[in-house]
Amino acid sequence: MKSGSKLEKLFNQGEFVVSGEIGPPKHADADIIREHARMLKDYVDAANLTDNQTAIVRVSSIASAVHVLAEEFEPIVQMTVRDRNRIGIQSDLLGAYSLGVKNVLCLSGDHQSFGNHPTSKNVHDLDSIQLVKALKDMRDEKKFICGEEIKEHEPRFFIGAVANPFGDPFEYRVMRLEKKINAGADFIQTQCIFDMDRFERWMEQVRERGLHKKAKIVAGLMPLKSHKAAKYMQKFVSGMVVPDEIIERMEKAEDKKAEGVELCVEQIKHLQQIEGVAGVHIMAVNWEEIIPTIVEKAGLYPRPQIKE
Amino acid sequence: MIVAEGKPIAEVAKLIEDANKVLVVGCGGCVTVCLAGGEKEVGVLASALRMLRKKEDKPLETVELTISRQCDPEYMEQLEKYITDDIDAVVSMACGVGVQFVAERFNKWVVPALDTKFAGGALEHGVWGERCGLCGECILYKTGGICPIIRCSKSILNGPCGGSQDGKCEIDTEVDCAWQLIYDRMNTLGKIDKLLEIEPIKDWSKSRDGGPRKVVKEDVMIK
Repeated sequence: MKSGSKLEKLFNQGEFVVSGEIGPPKHADADIIREHARMLKDYVDAANLTDNQTAIVRVSSIASAVHVLAEEFEPIVQMTVRDRNRIGIQSDLLGAYSLGVKNVLCLSGDHQSFGNHPTSKNVHDLDSIQLVKALKDMRDEKKFICGEEIKEHEPRFFIGAVANPFGDPFEYRVMRLEKKINAGADFIQTQCIFDMDRFERWMEQVRERGLHKKAKIVAGLMPLKSHKAAKYMQKFVSGMVVPDEIIERMEKAEDKKAEGVELCVEQIKHLQQIEGVAGVHIMAVNWEEIIPTIVEKAGLYPRPQIKE
Repeated sequence: MIVAEGKPIAEVAKLIEDANKVLVVGCGGCVTVCLAGGEKEVGVLASALRMLRKKEDKPLETVELTISRQCDPEYMEQLEKYITDDIDAVVSMACGVGVQFVAERFNKWVVPALDTKFAGGALEHGVWGERCGLCGECILYKTGGICPIIRCSKSILNGPCGGSQDGKCEIDTEVDCAWQLIYDRMNTLGKIDKLLEIEPIKDWSKSRDGGPRKVVKEDVMIK
């Protein structure tokens, strides 16, 4: 056992893991985080706390995770390399571990030009792969980035990273995933899947390289509320592929939300059949309350317990 | 070369609003090549400033001069006889280096007429692109001659990030993804395997993060 986190234990038990996502608010009150934590905790095994996603200032992911822990739920802290240098990142991660956080997801972070502070400076002292390696070295080599020994109480995180099967160059995507896994990633969450054919082609390459045996691959999903959201992502979100069939299907549906749930449930059932997919990560942006319905309809409720 | 761009004339006019007589100094180096601060641009700026002030009924006297390089003390001497007591301000049309060298040398109010942009080159006539991040430790031999530090919007050394699509960067469909360019080039050269190596965390102390830098070449030093 690397970290002893609930997430790690469930993967080790061979469970099909389900995780969700909680977006922290743009103010200094945590009620909404706690409310979402209470709502999700029986239906998913863990939840990501996003780190100022789309570069918009929000409650920090680590503070949010502490609220999630207080609700006896399992947090996955997102850590981007956009806003902090190696001193800030290591310090924050020591702090997070001291507060009971055991899962970290390493990301580059959306460019600040997308957010509400587009004139800010970005840091990028490290990149996401280097952050994965730094976390692994802290845990397994008991060393800070500078090489100095962590004499006691090293942070023992379960290390996550992301992969985007829909970014380009497609041929290089799996090679880069291999780099991340070699750097120390224990689990991988993918970008939201709408183009299932491309995802399957990507998974074929993952299996060819045996990467699904080295790290747990969790497929990312985003339930759609409307065809407009799908169209927007198709057009404006870089690194996302939304096939026309999905937009048409959503457009035709009378009850868009019900169709979105239906589609997501179908995707989960499909993903469960793909060799090497160890779970699903449901990103219901501004629609967290739909996650329990999706999990139930997909036959994934109740969630498994940790076997002692 | 250092690529710069002229500030809006009104902005420069504001910087010298209290002056009656100014010296407008061009530079014969990079900014002449990138058509921002050479002899021709000195003439254009000086006459524009005079016209603006004439309209305001506060006439401005200008002296125009372009020296070979403002970043070299050797050429700075040529300036000496033009920096007379009646000069209220010096408008430097050099990059930020030239502005500082003039300010360091003469006891005058010196203002910049350009915004210094980057180290780059001409992409086509009238278009310049950024190429070097001046990081102090070149890694171009690892990336097929394409710099991820300055050409990737996130300076990713093990790229590309998830925002690369159709060869373009997530920030703008007009911006090439540096890592797509690197991948294509390494692929053409049959060196994709090199991209599987994890590039370690960079030593930024060799860049500006180590404080202001200096290069010393002892063999050519006179004293």
